[in-house]
Amino acid sequence: MPNDIWQGAEACAKGAMKAGLTYFAGYPITPSTEIAEMLSIYLTEKGKIYKQMEQEKDHVRNVIMPKVLQRVFMQMEDEIASIVSIVGASMAGAKAMTATSGPGFSLMQEGIGYACMVEAPIVICNVMRGGPSTGDPTKGSQGDVMQTKWGTHGDHGMIVICPDSVEEMYYMTIKAFNLAERFRNPVILLTDETITHMREKVEIDPNAEIEIIDRLQPTILPNIPYLPYGTFKDEVAIIGSLGSGLGTSITGMIHREDGFQSPNFKIGSPLIRRLVNKIEKHSSDLFEVEVINGEAENLVITYGITSRTVKSILDSNYKNVGLIRLKTLFPFHDETIQKLTKNAKHVFVAELNLGQIYLEAQRAIGHRIPVTLISKVGGQLITPDEMIKHLEGSIS
Amino acid sequence: MKGEKYLNPSRIPSIWCPGCGNGIILHAVLATLEDLNIKQEDLILVSGIGCSSRSPTYTIFDNIHTLHGRAIPIATAIKLVQPGKKVIVMTGDGDSMAIGGNHIIHAARRNIDISVIIFNNSIYGMTGGQFSPMTPSGKKATTAHLGNIEEPFDTMKLLKGAGANYLARIGTYYYSQMMKYMKTAFTHNGFSAVEVIAQCPVYYGRMNQYPTPYDLLMWQKDNLVFKTQFEKMAEHEIIGKMEIGEFVNENRPSFLEKRQAQLERMIQK
Repeated sequence: MPNDIWQGAEACAKGAMKAGLTYFAGYPITPSTEIAEMLSIYLTEKGKIYKQMEQEKDHVRNVIMPKVLQRVFMQMEDEIASIVSIVGASMAGAKAMTATSGPGFSLMQEGIGYACMVEAPIVICNVMRGGPSTGDPTKGSQGDVMQTKWGTHGDHGMIVICPDSVEEMYYMTIKAFNLAERFRNPVILLTDETITHMREKVEIDPNAEIEIIDRLQPTILPNIPYLPYGTFKDEVAIIGSLGSGLGTSITGMIHREDGFQSPNFKIGSPLIRRLVNKIEKHSSDLFEVEVINGEAENLVITYGITSRTVKSILDSNYKNVGLIRLKTLFPFHDETIQKLTKNAKHVFVAELNLGQIYLEAQRAIGHRIPVTLISKVGGQLITPDEMIKHLEGSIS
Repeated sequence: MKGEKYLNPSRIPSIWCPGCGNGIILHAVLATLEDLNIKQEDLILVSGIGCSSRSPTYTIFDNIHTLHGRAIPIATAIKLVQPGKKVIVMTGDGDSMAIGGNHIIHAARRNIDISVIIFNNSIYGMTGGQFSPMTPSGKKATTAHLGNIEEPFDTMKLLKGAGANYLARIGTYYYSQMMKYMKTAFTHNGFSAVEVIAQCPVYYGRMNQYPTPYDLLMWQKDNLVFKTQFEKMAEHEIIGKMEIGEFVNENRPSFLEKRQAQLERMIQK
C-alpha cells in the first residue's frame, strides 16, 4: 500500500474523482476553498495532459480530451447558484458535487430541499467553521450538525456522514457519491476546518478497485407510459436524465407520477412519506459507528475531529473509558446507541457545539443512565487534558 | 395549429387566467421551434417559479420547473452537461430580474449558450399582483396602493452591459415579429434573451385602468415603439414609451466555444 501525506481537502477532491465526479460548482469560502481549487485542476487533468503530451500525443487527443470535455468545473456567482447548478447537472446525468462552509451552507438550504424533492443525487461537502454568521472562518467547529438534517423546510430524508481522518475523507467522499446515487438524495459529507486543512499520513492506493454505484436508468417499453416519478426500486424513483428526450418533467412542487405538479393530498401524502422512508427504513444499515473499548463503564459518543481527542487518551491509563464514534450522523439510529450503551454506567457526548448530537443521544438512551455533555465553542478543539479533566470530574 | 404537436394534452388547460399573455408567448415559442424543425430529444426547457414558469410543464420536451429565481444557473449546468442540446429558459420579470437578477447578469457575462425568454407582465401574478422590478413607475399594485415609486430595470441595457450576445424586446401585440426574434435567439451562439411585454389583465390591468386584455394590447400598440422610429423621436415624445426591437446582435465567442478552444490550446502547447 503506497504511503503518502495528503491534506484533507486533497483527499476529498481525489475521492470525488475516484467516485466519478463529472460536475463541480462552487463559490470561494474559507475553509473549503482548497477542495474547489484542487478539483479545478483534476477535472481538466492538466497535470496528466502536460506529462503525457511529450510521448503520447494521440492518447491525449483521443482518450483524455473527450473525457475532459465531458467534465465541468464551474465557479458560480454565489452558493445559491452553486447548489442549484449541481442539481441541474445531476438531473442531466452528471455526478455532481459542491463544497462549502457555514454561510454558504446556509444559503444552500433551499436548493438542498429542492434536490430532496426532485430526487437529485448530489454530494455537498460542508466544512464546518465557527458560527453563527461569519463567525470564525479559520477555526474548526461542529456547530452545523442539526442544520444538515433540518436546515431546509419541510419533511425530507437526509444522509450525513462524518470522517475523522484524512484517509477516511477519501473513502467517505466515494461513499457519499455511492449513497447519493443509490438513494437519489443529497448526501452531506460533514467535516470541519481541522480535518480539511490538516495533512497526515494516508495509506491509499488510488488505482485500487473500489465499488462505484451508479443510479438506475429507466427501461422504456412500448405502449407503457414512461413515469419518472412512478417507477421505483426500493422506493427510489428511476428517473431518466434531462436530454434523453423521454419527456422527463421535473418540479419541486408536489408531483404526480409523470412529474407534473399536483397539489393534491392523495398525491402529496404518499410522496412526502416515501421521500423520508426511502432513507429512514435503511437507518440501521446506514448508521455506522466505530467502537473502541465498548465494554468500558464510561462511554464517550463523539464524531469528526473531536473523536481524535478521545482516541489520543484511550491508552492504558483509561481502561474504564470507551469510544463510540459516529461515522454517520443521520439517519440517526436510536437502537444502535441503546444497544451499545446497554451496560454503561455513564455516557458522555463530546462535540464542538453546545449540544446537538447530545440531544439525539439523550433521546435514544433516555433516563436509564446519566448522559453528560462535554462541549467547547469559540474556535478551539478540546485538548486531551481537558477531555481527561471532564471525564475525571464526572467519573470520580 | 403550428407548434401544437409539442403540447402535452394531459396537462391542459393551463393555470393561466382568461386573457393572459403567457399563452401567446408559449405559442410563439412552440411555433418557432416547429419552424426550426426541433425534435423532442433536441431541447431542454428550464423555468423558475411564477405564472410564466409553468410554460415548460405543458410541453412534451424534457423540462425542469425549478426554484424561484434559479432557472438560469440550472440551465447553465444543463447546457454544460448536455452541450449538444438546445437549452431555453422561460422566466418572468420577477423571477429573472428580482430574485434571479444576479444569475441573469452573470449568465450574460459568461455568454453561456442558452436562450432566455422573459415574460414581462409588469407584476407578480402568481402571488396576486405585487409590484415587480419591471412595474413602471407610478403604476399600482397590491403592495403599491399609491403607485410604484421605484423605477423599473431596462433589461436590454442591463444585459447589454453584462455582455449578452443577442438581445431583443417585443410585445405580445407583435406576434410575427416576436417569432422572428425568437428564431434568431434560438439559433444564436452564446447568451441570448428575448423580453416579451405580456398583458396581465386580471392583476396589472385591473389595478391600472386597463380592465380588459384588449386595453392592454392597445396600450402596447400605442406605446411600444420600434427602435428606428424611437431613435428619431424628441425627448418629450418618448415619455411613457418603450423601445422595442433588436438591441444586441453580436458574435462574440460563447462560453462553450472559449472552453473548447482553451482545452485545445492546452494540447497544442
